[in-house]
Amino acid sequence: MNTGYAIHIRNLVKKFGDFTAVDNISFDVRKGEIFGFLGANGAGKTTAMRILCGLSRPTSGSGTVAGFDIRKEQEKIKRHIGYMSQKFSLYPDLTVRENIRLFGGIYGLKDREIHEKTEAMLDMLEIRDAGNRFAAELPLGWKQRLSFSIALIHSPQIVFLDEPTGGVDPETRRRFWELIYDTAEHGTTIFVTTHYMDEAEYCDRVSIMVDGRIAAMDSPAGLKESLAARDMDEVFRIVAGRAVREE
Amino acid sequence: MTMREFWASVRKEFLHIFRDRRTILIVMIMPVIQIILFGFAVSTEVNEARVAVCGDMSDPQVARIVDRIDSNRYLEVTGELSAPEEIEGLFRRNGADAAICFGRNFGSRFHDGRAQVRIVGDGSDPNTARMITSYIAGVLQDVQQDADISISGEKVPSMTPVVKFMYNPAMKSSYNFVPGVMGLILMLICSMMTAVSIVREKETGTLELLLVSPVKPLWVILSKLMPYLVLSVFNFTTILLLSHYVMEVPVNGSIALLSLVAVVFVVTSLAIGLLVSEISSSQRTAMLICGMGLTMPTMIFSGIIFPCESMPAVLQWFSDIIPAKWFIIMVKKVMIQGDGFRSIIVEFGILAGMAAVLLAVSIRNFRTRLQ
Repeated sequence: MNTGYAIHIRNLVKKFGDFTAVDNISFDVRKGEIFGFLGANGAGKTTAMRILCGLSRPTSGSGTVAGFDIRKEQEKIKRHIGYMSQKFSLYPDLTVRENIRLFGGIYGLKDREIHEKTEAMLDMLEIRDAGNRFAAELPLGWKQRLSFSIALIHSPQIVFLDEPTGGVDPETRRRFWELIYDTAEHGTTIFVTTHYMDEAEYCDRVSIMVDGRIAAMDSPAGLKESLAARDMDEVFRIVAGRAVREE
Repeated sequence: MTMREFWASVRKEFLHIFRDRRTILIVMIMPVIQIILFGFAVSTEVNEARVAVCGDMSDPQVARIVDRIDSNRYLEVTGELSAPEEIEGLFRRNGADAAICFGRNFGSRFHDGRAQVRIVGDGSDPNTARMITSYIAGVLQDVQQDADISISGEKVPSMTPVVKFMYNPAMKSSYNFVPGVMGLILMLICSMMTAVSIVREKETGTLELLLVSPVKPLWVILSKLMPYLVLSVFNFTTILLLSHYVMEVPVNGSIALLSLVAVVFVVTSLAIGLLVSEISSSQRTAMLICGMGLTMPTMIFSGIIFPCESMPAVLQWFSDIIPAKWFIIMVKKVMIQGDGFRSIIVEFGILAGMAAVLLAVSIRNFRTRLQ
């Protein structure tokens, strides 16, 4: 079922006591699409993303991620997705090689595969000389590109990027996005949350969450047109401005 | 879930430990330091106490007593004084731990009961002084009894009590603190370090990264506990070797039984560590809870400092919920007294029960926290 979609979500609800963090959302993400998942802090983004990643069970609603049921097949989902967050994706006290080895290991790669992937990754990111340096010593931009590559180590169908490029300049962000485009071209679906509206422009489609609901969803161009906005910044301000919930 | 995934995360955990100098220091050095500290600095034991003699050494009776003092395991005759007035100077120079002064004509008065002898202890260390003087008095009593027998040809019934400390004739404090230190170290390694290492990943958010991987949450936790289990085996062995070969504490009972007891205690401590990691949000909190809530009660109730028996009843009841107390009782019984499983069955049951309950609660909590 739904073989055309990487993510297929219907009427998803998550409640914590009386508080409805995610309020009946439905959306689809096509395979190979770069999907931007936007929203202010507290809009329910993180909660929704945790459900999609198999970290949390929905209160109600249904859906599939990578073809697996979000209620019953969480373990299988975890095997077929990659996850990266800018804040915490590498162990600072391990070297670059050790980090790669660790994640290769916990995603079940064989030693030989890990070895091959490590060499390929060091070459691709042009950080061969840094292989034995501690991750803590790397510049932030390198760290982000390295963690992105590590999130792809087991060739997942979908990769979830949770605010992947915080704290770097637009130029570094652009280089990171080249890597994302490259990956999407090879058929991997990208699901990305971000605060930066220049990043939102790079997405094929974006959704904007407000108060636990999806308030708008379209391509960046489509959104700008329908709201008569100059750029995504303005789009976001208009849509998110309708929020009633406190942050 | 394959073993490969599990070992990959265990390996990482070991790397964390070996990368962090503080951790290594705690793990490798602390047991040694504690054993040595308690062994030599906080020692109250009597070992080859130096006894100075004042009296007429040509008197055969005096010579016989001095001889017997010298041959006593815990005493040693180190010097002769010409007058009792010299004792004070000797003590001040720390030249002796006790002195014995024989009265004039000791030998000739010995059999008519008018012989006089005085034992002088160094009261600046009352515990040790009391112990040394009682040893010397014991020697004198022996001599007296022998003399009575040789005169009358029969044993005169006497009410002289002979005090003997079983299992620990020299009153070595190491017999008491080795089990205590063992409990303390295992508790510290297993609870505090596990809790801190899990909370650290909670703080940095990397725990999320492990949980989003296909490794099951239970295995994530097991992989974090595993290295500390290995470390505590290492520490247990170190303490055992140190206390046996350096402190000369006997291992009278079965080592297998001792190890079994230790494993149950380690599991209990790991479960406590897991629980602490669940309720604390920062490494500092985790350390504080472990320090105040676990290490201090363990110190206090383990008999390292105060004997449990002399505490108020309320505190004694409270001490019953400290797992280390039961572990230490068992170690004392098995290691020092050489008892078998039958004699520790009650304590073993209590500790195993604690381990089961704590483990069940902590794993359940961990799971619900994830949802």
